[in-house]
Amino acid sequence: MTNEEQGIRLTEEQKKRRRSRSVAIALALAALVALFYIVTIVKLGPGVLDRPL
Amino acid sequence: MSLVERHETLSQSSAVWDGGMGSVSDYVALLKPRVMSLVIFTAFVGLMLAPGKVHPVLAAVAILCIAIGAGASGALNMWYDADIDEIMTRTRKRPIPAGKITPNEALAFGITLAIGSVVTLGLLVNWFAGAFLAFTIFFYVIVYTMWLKRSTPQNIVIGGAAGAFPPMVGWASVTGSVSLESFVLFLIIFMWTPPHFWALALFKCGDYRAAGIPMLPVVAGETNTRHHILIYALLLAPIGVAPFLLGFASSVYGAAATGLGLVFVALAADLWRKREGEAARQASMRLFKFSIFYLFLLFALLLAESLVLGA
Repeated sequence: MTNEEQGIRLTEEQKKRRRSRSVAIALALAALVALFYIVTIVKLGPGVLDRPL
Repeated sequence: MSLVERHETLSQSSAVWDGGMGSVSDYVALLKPRVMSLVIFTAFVGLMLAPGKVHPVLAAVAILCIAIGAGASGALNMWYDADIDEIMTRTRKRPIPAGKITPNEALAFGITLAIGSVVTLGLLVNWFAGAFLAFTIFFYVIVYTMWLKRSTPQNIVIGGAAGAFPPMVGWASVTGSVSLESFVLFLIIFMWTPPHFWALALFKCGDYRAAGIPMLPVVAGETNTRHHILIYALLLAPIGVAPFLLGFASSVYGAAATGLGLVFVALAADLWRKREGEAARQASMRLFKFSIFYLFLLFALLLAESLVLGA
């Protein structure tokens, strides 16, 4: 028996729904990255790279 | 059942798993979007009324985090209450009792969003607001859902505080602190919650009784609940006018809040008089519907004034 045959086997419906959830999670993560980027610009402004050590 | 036993059971059987059936819309339903919309609105009013300025992007981030935090509370509430949601007609179609999402999936979803919203609000806006949001989630999930809801008829009186905190969190997002004005916003929602929910409980009494939730009409009787509703309406009416009396709302707001408060008391008195039959049912539904309109209008007026006067 191969590994793929062991354990939980998802039905086609479960696979379909997992895919749509995965897309939603990917979009949420991308939005979060954009959010942190925008807030960084808002908080630090044009001096974002001008930080003394 | 331990994890190992569970795994073995799955391996020995046909290994069919009943999880993973939730669609994106089922997860959205876990967030209680209707409750969330009220939270967004009241938090926004708190944020707009607060003295000082906040960058629009940071204001949007604050509202987003408060909304997600409220959604996380809703998901955790549905996780814990799945057993009673299954009994009540009002909640039977929620994702967990409907078998679309497993309790563990809802728990993981709720915890992830709760931590994410608090940390994001703390990092991007300020940590006082973040801590306040964390406390609000804690209060709703632990104090209200796990402790009070099933143990005392005063459940929504104390638990109602969780729903009243959002305008204070919105205010704290701007100022980094709380003040008397934001406490008055809290107090309006806090005093509004019991008569609002008891009016609902009067015509959903059978549901709560079947689920074993000690709502006031179930434990103390419908007449006693009517007394309580009237007392709270009499207390709420002057508190609704408090923003004008304390000088952070205009006389237009003061007049409108007085009129709306009088209507609230009149409807509560009508419900107090009508004890039986269809007339009683309709009186409780009327008060329930008006209570939503009342709160919305008070906060909408405060918002409109802050926009007009702030422009």
